[in-house]
Amino acid sequence: MTSLSVTAAPCSCACSCEPSEAELFARLDEVINDYHEKPGGLIPALQTAQSIFGYLPETVIRRIADGFGKTVSEVAGVVTFYSFFTLHPRGKNLVRVCLGTACYVRGGKEVLDAFRKKLEIDVGETTPDRQFSLEVGRCFGACGMAPVVMVNETVYQRVKPARVGEMVNQIMAGAAVAGEKEHA
Amino acid sequence: MINVTINSQKIQVPEGSSILQAARQIGVTIPTLCNLEKREAIGACRVCLVEVEGARTLQAACSTPVHEGIIVRTNSTLARAARRQVLEMLLSEHDGNCPTCDRSLDCELRALADEMGVSRVPFEGLRAKRHIDDSTPALVRDNSKCIKCRRCVTVCGEVQGVGALFPQGRGFQTVIGPAFMRDLDGVACVQCGQCAAICPVGAIVEKSCIPEVWKAIENPKLHVIVQTAPAIRAALGEAFGYEPGTRVTGKMAAALRRLGFDGVFDTNFTADLTILEEGTELLTRLKTALVDKQPVALPLFTSCSPGWINFAEFYFPQFLPNISTCKSPQQMFGAVAKSYYAQKIGRKPEEIVVVSVMPCTAKKFEAQRPEMNVNGVRDVDFVLTTRELARMIREAGIDFNALPDEQMDAPLGLSSGAADIFANTGGVMEAALRTAYEIVTGRELPVANLHVTAIAGLGGVKEAALTITGTKPEWSFLEGVELKVAVSHGLGNTRRLLEHIKAHGSPYHFIEVMTCPGGCIGGGGQPRFTDDSVRLKRIAAIYSEDESKKMRKSHENPDVQTLYKEFLVKPLGEKSHHLLHTHYKHKAK
Ligand code: SF4
Ligand code: SF4
Ligand code: FES
Ligand code: FES
Repeated sequence: MTSLSVTAAPCSCACSCEPSEAELFARLDEVINDYHEKPGGLIPALQTAQSIFGYLPETVIRRIADGFGKTVSEVAGVVTFYSFFTLHPRGKNLVRVCLGTACYVRGGKEVLDAFRKKLEIDVGETTPDRQFSLEVGRCFGACGMAPVVMVNETVYQRVKPARVGEMVNQIMAGAAVAGEKEHA
Repeated sequence: MINVTINSQKIQVPEGSSILQAARQIGVTIPTLCNLEKREAIGACRVCLVEVEGARTLQAACSTPVHEGIIVRTNSTLARAARRQVLEMLLSEHDGNCPTCDRSLDCELRALADEMGVSRVPFEGLRAKRHIDDSTPALVRDNSKCIKCRRCVTVCGEVQGVGALFPQGRGFQTVIGPAFMRDLDGVACVQCGQCAAICPVGAIVEKSCIPEVWKAIENPKLHVIVQTAPAIRAALGEAFGYEPGTRVTGKMAAALRRLGFDGVFDTNFTADLTILEEGTELLTRLKTALVDKQPVALPLFTSCSPGWINFAEFYFPQFLPNISTCKSPQQMFGAVAKSYYAQKIGRKPEEIVVVSVMPCTAKKFEAQRPEMNVNGVRDVDFVLTTRELARMIREAGIDFNALPDEQMDAPLGLSSGAADIFANTGGVMEAALRTAYEIVTGRELPVANLHVTAIAGLGGVKEAALTITGTKPEWSFLEGVELKVAVSHGLGNTRRLLEHIKAHGSPYHFIEVMTCPGGCIGGGGQPRFTDDSVRLKRIAAIYSEDESKKMRKSHENPDVQTLYKEFLVKPLGEKSHHLLHTHYKHKAK
């Protein structure tokens, strides 16, 4: 059985401390303890676990399954049912390209391909430097401005495939991206 | 009671009944796929849609409860068309290559398409990318045939308490299978095959070894013999149109002979042998506890059912010392055939091929366990399920129904009625009690017709107590002892029993565990479809097989007595230890 190594999600305080793996698992055990007897406790436990680890690696899913007296297959089934859970570490920036009908017909697919090429990853993957993860969405409710891309909480409208490279570079540099942009 | 009208017929049904249950009461058939008896309806497949007057949409009959005055039409044009459409949709996503499918003869999807008059699949649906999981010796999964009815999920999780299969992902992408899209060997699946028995289509089937068996039979240098488990004779007939519960022992022997086996033998023979070994093991452990006052693992658990062994090795390692060290009758047969029988016919063990016909898929796994050999020679070479045997008989063009009744061969073909009942939940225990009681007291087990009724039937966990009196001098330490036994079948029931014992200790001395509901007669390799009414009929057939014999106790089997006299010497002796016993190990989940 492959055991995935766990890397902590970047801590939100300004310090540079990173909790050790043992500390993370100790926190996980507390979470399991809090929730395992509550009806419907699995989902909040998974959510909390994901916020501790940044994602849900197999070791964490197994620990939760044992703690809840459920099988790994069942818990993995729940994890993969909800799109907000992820089995893989997510990057610092989550890029979601809309492939809803409006965006699709107005070139969403080409925009997606541009991101795949620029980031050298496929949908559902994360760049090796953990800077970007790529996902697709189904209609963000901004069809009038299609094609639409969301990066974290920011919505980019009328994205052109040719501009994608520049967008990525600017996000890396932490700068605001010129063009039509709006905070969600 | 609630007043219900179905297709203009007025009936009264108990409150809380579903439309489906109400319809069944008056013999109205509504097609179903995901629905399973005794399990909560999940309403997933929608092939049971019916029209309910006043309702805006069609309702799933399995999961819609009746209400007072409800008017239901199951066969209106609207209902029939809707059901047909649902089926067409399932078919459009199903990789249906019926002629080459393992299930072509008894596929429920195919049968429904026929019943509903589906003549074309009007649209090409998205098909899942085919992935064949043949990671285990027992089963093959093909997700492109899966219609996501989730029956296997219910059976594996709720009935067997294993939970290896679950819907992974969502929407069209959903795959029914183990965690992280792994293959079955990546999770703690016990290979019982209950999922394969319940799947309506060919998405989970046994891993066939028919070609290997043909090849062995056709090799003139090999002496190929076959053994059949007790449960086969009560079910094989179903594959040839006989009613469930028809005994076909004689025809089965005739068919095996015509397939070209050089010896047609019976696992029953080694079931009798098992009783002598395991019974002696029980009495020895009791003596260690009661006379020598030494610590010894009690209660003793039976060891015939390989799915149960897997289950204990994965989930209850603390009970491994309690499991009888006896190999299962299948493996004992192989070991005896390649030693005692080989000597008798003057062949080398390597020239003998042992084929088993088993009601079970886990037996395929058991046969290839590394421990199951003697001096490097496998005990059992190939394991066929009941379904595979039926296929071979058809393939060979044998007219099963026209076959005469024939006998099994000597010397490994004779058995007592006690061996027959190994096929049923409660049967191994009853067989053991018939012999152990008589060894200890010199008298016959004092129950009517030799049946311990408290542990028979489909109750989940059953128990019985028997006070031993009038012991022979050498067994006087058992005088007045109340022997307590328990029987469980289905691993979900077994899990509950073991958890209870873990928490509260065990009042029992001896516990029988069978992996499958109903015991081997309900095994994962038996003809489909098995529900409780079929289980009960097969059980009745097995009891009448037992009662039809003069010899109904294992220790009376003269050929087993000869085996001890000429070869093994005594139960638990050195030869037995070498050939007939094994050990278990904790497996990581
Ligand atoms: S073989 Fe038994 S344990 Fe394994 S997946 Fe099927 S039902 Fe579950
Ligand atoms: S494998 Fe068979 S039983 Fe399981 S969900 Fe698919 S079709 Fe249903
Ligand atoms: S389709 Fe993309 S925002 Fe609606
Ligand atoms: S049988 Fe009713 S929804 Fe499947």
